[in-house]
Amino acid sequence: MHDSHKFNIPMGPQHPALKEPEGFSVALKGEKILGVEIRLGYNHRGIEKACEQNTYTQDLYLIERVCGICSHTHATCFVQAIEEIAGIQVPKRALYIRTLIAELERVHSHLLWLGVAGHEIGFDTLLMYSWRDREIVMDILAMLTGNRVNYGMNTIGGVRRDITPEQANDVLKAVSQLEERTKYYIDVATKETTIIKRLSGVGVVSYDDAVRLEAVGPTGRASGLDRDVRRDDPYAAYGELDFKVITDNHCDVFGRTIVRVKELMESYKIIRQTIANMPQGPIVVKVARKIPAGEAISRYEAPRGEDVHYVKANGSEMPERVKIRAPTLANIQVVKHMLKDRYLADMPIVIAAIDPCFSCTDRMVSIEYDSNKKNETISWATLHDYSIRWHRERGTDFTDLNKRFKAGLKV
Amino acid sequence: MNLVKKVVTWARIKSPWILHFNTGACNACDIEIIAALTPRYDIERFGIQLKGTPRHADVLVCSGPVTKQIEDRLIRIYEQMAEPKFVVAVGTCSCSGGVFKDCYNIKGGIDTTIPVSAYIPGCPASPKAIIDGVIKLLVSLDESKASPKTIKEIPVGGE
Repeated sequence: MHDSHKFNIPMGPQHPALKEPEGFSVALKGEKILGVEIRLGYNHRGIEKACEQNTYTQDLYLIERVCGICSHTHATCFVQAIEEIAGIQVPKRALYIRTLIAELERVHSHLLWLGVAGHEIGFDTLLMYSWRDREIVMDILAMLTGNRVNYGMNTIGGVRRDITPEQANDVLKAVSQLEERTKYYIDVATKETTIIKRLSGVGVVSYDDAVRLEAVGPTGRASGLDRDVRRDDPYAAYGELDFKVITDNHCDVFGRTIVRVKELMESYKIIRQTIANMPQGPIVVKVARKIPAGEAISRYEAPRGEDVHYVKANGSEMPERVKIRAPTLANIQVVKHMLKDRYLADMPIVIAAIDPCFSCTDRMVSIEYDSNKKNETISWATLHDYSIRWHRERGTDFTDLNKRFKAGLKV
Repeated sequence: MNLVKKVVTWARIKSPWILHFNTGACNACDIEIIAALTPRYDIERFGIQLKGTPRHADVLVCSGPVTKQIEDRLIRIYEQMAEPKFVVAVGTCSCSGGVFKDCYNIKGGIDTTIPVSAYIPGCPASPKAIIDGVIKLLVSLDESKASPKTIKEIPVGGE
């Protein structure tokens, strides 16, 4: 085949590399990727709309099903927004329990990612090892919440289950066991030649690009972007806990692996602190069924990055509008950038490196034009342009905003 | 019953290859399916192996409700599989639509689109329930000798 020949390869929605349905159209020249078109939306279920037709308590369980891996993330983020609107003072003990579950979830999610990453580079032993150890934390989550995934721990005004001293003891035992194994993984991830050679220099995104493309979570932190909602805008009990935000300057998949395995150690530290400092008292306050009118934005550091929920209440039992911005949506732009001019063989690991969760991401925007009153689905790019135009027409100056944003980032 | 048929049935039961397809699930059932394949539950001891293409697979393991975008692809993947083929619906959503029932983009359970051989409920179905369901499907192949497409045996699983 002639070298200058270009062709397009459609990948997905069903494909062996990732477990979720998403389509990629890859433009290739030889083995080099010229560009990638990502087609999302196969997982779109219409959760935001369904939320408007259910009561707040029902929504809590629906929101949990946005994503099965970070279910506590979405439920907590949503419930925080409601509590802000209603001005509810959540008991301290409930906040500590939320933090504990959140960190256990982070541990399970990062171990899961480590296995998937191992699988994508053909290192299936790592998949089997890390998933075997992941069962330790799954047992703990099942013991504390009653379910392995989709915990149903949150309720408006607190949590639904208390933690007994015996359970806390079991958690501590499991954490020491996991810590031992994580030390081994840190060893594997930083010293194993296969991993270093396979991951170094793959999926590079520089600090400037990470800022420009708004990378969040471990993807951004591996490019030196020192941002973590847990520290910058503390929620739950994070303001009272001592932990480090892990960053790395490798800027590639190797860096993202290091950030994630080191974050595991920080999570163990946080879990130990929450159990040691857990205050006594009630775990839930009584809340009226009707939430007063108002709106709130809630931020939460999910295992994959910053999760944002917006809730608008109109004084009834049901929310007027719920908007979810999951971390993968922020990171998917970075994937396009990372894949350009790279080899096709690196594609699975580069996509897996942001820890994509397409069920979180698939949202739809439908805009009703006034002229013909007809619903029309538009692409993200068009919507982005439209929003910039809309704000410019109303006199928003973006140049100053960009400058301030960039200056504010380097704290 | 001739010998060839006996051998074929034996081989089919001892080495079912599965294809996992997410039809719009929230990932919870997907990670539980993967968990069933990893050392704690180790479904490979029944000869079950995860495959990447529908042309190699005997059993299609679906998770999640059928969204409108995925519907055509699900039918296409089902048609690409070689006969005899079986479909396992994992999770409450894929059995009936679950919490997403009546959402505007959801068609319903897997059986609204393709015939289903075994239903495994749970939100998410635990690895134990998945193993139980798959084994019940395999046993039914041996004993009934009839087409198992109508079996609606619901296994008891999970904690």
